[in-house]
Amino acid sequence: MSTTLQLPQAIEAALQRLNPSTSRRNFLASSGALVLSLGLGTVPGARVLAQAAAGPYPDPDFLQLDTWIVIHPDNTATFFVGKTDGGQGTGTAFRQMMCDELDLAYEQTSLVMGSTDTTPDQGGSGGSDAIETDGKPMRRVAAEARRVLLELAAERLNTPVAQLTANNGIVTSTADAGKSVRYADLVGGKRFDVALTGQNINATTGTAAVKPVQQLRVVGKPLPRYDIPAKVDGSLTWAVDVKLPGMLHARNVRPPVAGAQLRSIDETSVAGIPGFVRVVSSGNYVAVVCEREEQAIQAARQLKAEWTPPAQAPFPASNDLFDYIRSATPTSSEEPQVTGDVAAAFTSAAAVLEADYEVPFQGHTAIGPAFALADPSDNQLTIYSNDMKSYGLRTGVATFLGLPRDRVRVIYMDGPQVYGRTASDDVGFEAAFLANELGRPVRVQWMRHEETAWDTKGPAYAFKLRGGLDANGKLTALDYEARAIDYAHLGYNEPDTVLIAQLMGRRPTRIAEGGAATPSVKYGIPNLSLTGHVVALPMVWETPLRTGNLRDPDGPQVTFAFEGFIDELAAAARRDPAEFRLELVEASTEDNAFRRNRSLAVLRAAVEAYGGWESRPAPKQQTAGPIQSGRGLAYTYRSNTVVALIADVEVNRDTGHVWVKRLVCAHDCGLTINPMGLKHTIECGMLHGLSRALWEEVQFDNEKVTSVDWATHPSMRHSDTPESIDIVLVNGDPNPDRPDLPHYGAGETSHKPMIAAVANAIFDATGVRLRRAPFRKERVLEALRAKQS
Amino acid sequence: MSVISLSVNGAVHEVDIDPATPLLYVLRNDLGLRGPRFGCGLGQCGACTVIIDGAAVRSCQLPTAAVSGNITTLEGLAQNGNLHPLQQAWIDEQVPQCGYCQNGQLMTAKALLDRNPSPTDAEIREGMEGALCRCMTYYRIHAAIKRVVSNSATALFIDASDKTEAQV
Repeated sequence: MSTTLQLPQAIEAALQRLNPSTSRRNFLASSGALVLSLGLGTVPGARVLAQAAAGPYPDPDFLQLDTWIVIHPDNTATFFVGKTDGGQGTGTAFRQMMCDELDLAYEQTSLVMGSTDTTPDQGGSGGSDAIETDGKPMRRVAAEARRVLLELAAERLNTPVAQLTANNGIVTSTADAGKSVRYADLVGGKRFDVALTGQNINATTGTAAVKPVQQLRVVGKPLPRYDIPAKVDGSLTWAVDVKLPGMLHARNVRPPVAGAQLRSIDETSVAGIPGFVRVVSSGNYVAVVCEREEQAIQAARQLKAEWTPPAQAPFPASNDLFDYIRSATPTSSEEPQVTGDVAAAFTSAAAVLEADYEVPFQGHTAIGPAFALADPSDNQLTIYSNDMKSYGLRTGVATFLGLPRDRVRVIYMDGPQVYGRTASDDVGFEAAFLANELGRPVRVQWMRHEETAWDTKGPAYAFKLRGGLDANGKLTALDYEARAIDYAHLGYNEPDTVLIAQLMGRRPTRIAEGGAATPSVKYGIPNLSLTGHVVALPMVWETPLRTGNLRDPDGPQVTFAFEGFIDELAAAARRDPAEFRLELVEASTEDNAFRRNRSLAVLRAAVEAYGGWESRPAPKQQTAGPIQSGRGLAYTYRSNTVVALIADVEVNRDTGHVWVKRLVCAHDCGLTINPMGLKHTIECGMLHGLSRALWEEVQFDNEKVTSVDWATHPSMRHSDTPESIDIVLVNGDPNPDRPDLPHYGAGETSHKPMIAAVANAIFDATGVRLRRAPFRKERVLEALRAKQS
Repeated sequence: MSVISLSVNGAVHEVDIDPATPLLYVLRNDLGLRGPRFGCGLGQCGACTVIIDGAAVRSCQLPTAAVSGNITTLEGLAQNGNLHPLQQAWIDEQVPQCGYCQNGQLMTAKALLDRNPSPTDAEIREGMEGALCRCMTYYRIHAAIKRVVSNSATALFIDASDKTEAQV
């Protein structure tokens, strides 16, 4: 059935290199790394794999070296890894890391990612752990492959391993340069047949050690991303581009207000649309299915259905949200984390500051609405998706539909951004359900209004902070209390909490408590109390205000409050904000100075890169004219990565318009794999944070989300872009030359302090402290006027 | 349904469709093109942009029957196997993150430079304003456009000096 489908180029390229020799086929038939039919040697690669669609699809065995690495007869290699790349260049970085361990040139390699039947389950993307966590087994298995190849070469060349060296896939005798053998001549097209060990995939290892950092050659190079050319010349086949014979198009019809119950559907309202196939409904889930895409869109608009609104309002209007958060009874509260004697410190403080900070719900609102295509051919289920957690999608769908896991596979392909728990989870289940119902391949894409209104939201937060300064302006006490709407926080690909499951009336047996995060404080604050409370909205299920992970799930909110308040304390103490922070970090005594040293290095690097940092307290002296300029600093840690960020802003006093003119970022994520890819990820992470600082806010009345498109839910645009961005990569490790310098994650850290840096800069420019994000011009103008009056 | 003739990237195609069908779905689903993509269906984001007779147009809201000119899509920017200078600059500056919006960014930039080959920074911002990116690659996009502008300025300069040498 699926013989004409188009596959990711990486898979095609890998397959097209296959030599149809007997040994090759034996390898493929038995390895489990690739599932191929026999006797198709002359068929182009894509079709070979397509014909394997009959399944079943067992999990590739991560304890087999052949699952990870295939050496081809032309002395190239393909790496198979269980991660996905949302455009941050992790695929390129994985190749660099594995090339170095295997002594292959970058150009000799290709990479296949994230498809459940061809790559080992490393969980897909999330948590910025690709390089930090998953890169480690990749390096170890590549090192193991090198060890095995050197042993085979020793036998072939009759030379001890100690006298062999490998370079660009060729093993040469150091004693006799005339003696050499290519990897391809040792295992090209054949199995390694080497078992690995490890209790879980992250622990996967052979017996070989990885190289010391000093011997890495490909790592550290600013190699261009391999996926970019096809993204700019129109040749890439995206998940949204896959077409299958007999494919139908579906669109969802959502309840008109949250919590509405479906009473009836008038199918005659759409039956006359050419190409109409069927209305499918189950509980409150409704979809229309047509032969062509535009027909399905029309049918979804035109379908008449009667709904009963809920008896009680599902949520307060967004204008009343923070009053609601502050007055609601928490569903859970954390025990306060306390250091020192906070009450006594406040009693003896020379000055006490208090402030409330607020961050609304913000969404992923992908540029391309959520998409999936499911194919039920051959009594199997194949899902084409850009879901960053393709493995979870596969398992979740199998559970949801009651199918054996090995009859479901997800083919991961490029798609729009996936910064967290997006609707690409939800739509995968919808496509699978509809394909199962219709018995034909079904392609589903959400419409703009669904993506903006129904996509999961980053939790809304209200904070209360108190700080005490002594007579010398030293911070002696800090009390932090957060409240987050985060009850029933959605996990990834859970068959009982994805939107279709909720609308069908399924409910989880255990509801996720959610969490209100506290800052990871690296400051030496002698008396400190940190508390978090979770609150719930009145309606928990079938609501568009579902909370889930959005890039650095709680970081931007928490850091806005915490680093904003630290800035307030510095200003109250009449201290320079950088010097105030440096002293606080220096006072930290935790973890043998590892974090302290790296924090100090990063803060100093940011100030140095800024150039001409004038030591002075904020705010700056106001000038004549409407444009006021100022600088704002924020610093934070995320996992093991540390960042300091400085924003220069211009605020128009007459209009409230804020332009972040310049950004300076100092960033330490340990060993840099690819400085160019890293800098671009840092840059775009900052600007995504800037969009959240300036624009993003999900708005709603008390029955539905009213942010439904780019007019009602503005995002950052070209005109908001800074004029200059400077990024400094810092290695602040206390032992910077250590051979095992770790590589940490970088997908979220620079995103985290952005709201705080902008708020601090606006204060420096205007003397007005904004404690509620985002800083749209109306809110800024209102605050400026309030200060004047 | 009716048969409509479309000129796309220099080739003429006939499609039998409902004439009200937005051009986007015909380009993608009938002609198999992959450059223009669905982003909003409202003409707000630019992901579906194509160039029709020199103007950047949102194909998601344009009825196919209303199209009369020559349509260029992302696939049609390269000439004789050579990437358009903007596409090359996009690679040189490593512009995309996910890349889903980049069709709209490139096609909007192409129309901008065709109409104004040496835009100022402010004119770049203004000309590109309607093309949304949610990975926030705007800074890289500006760098890529400036690279093309400055390369073509250099090219003009070289042309001029060549001429002078030839005259000598």
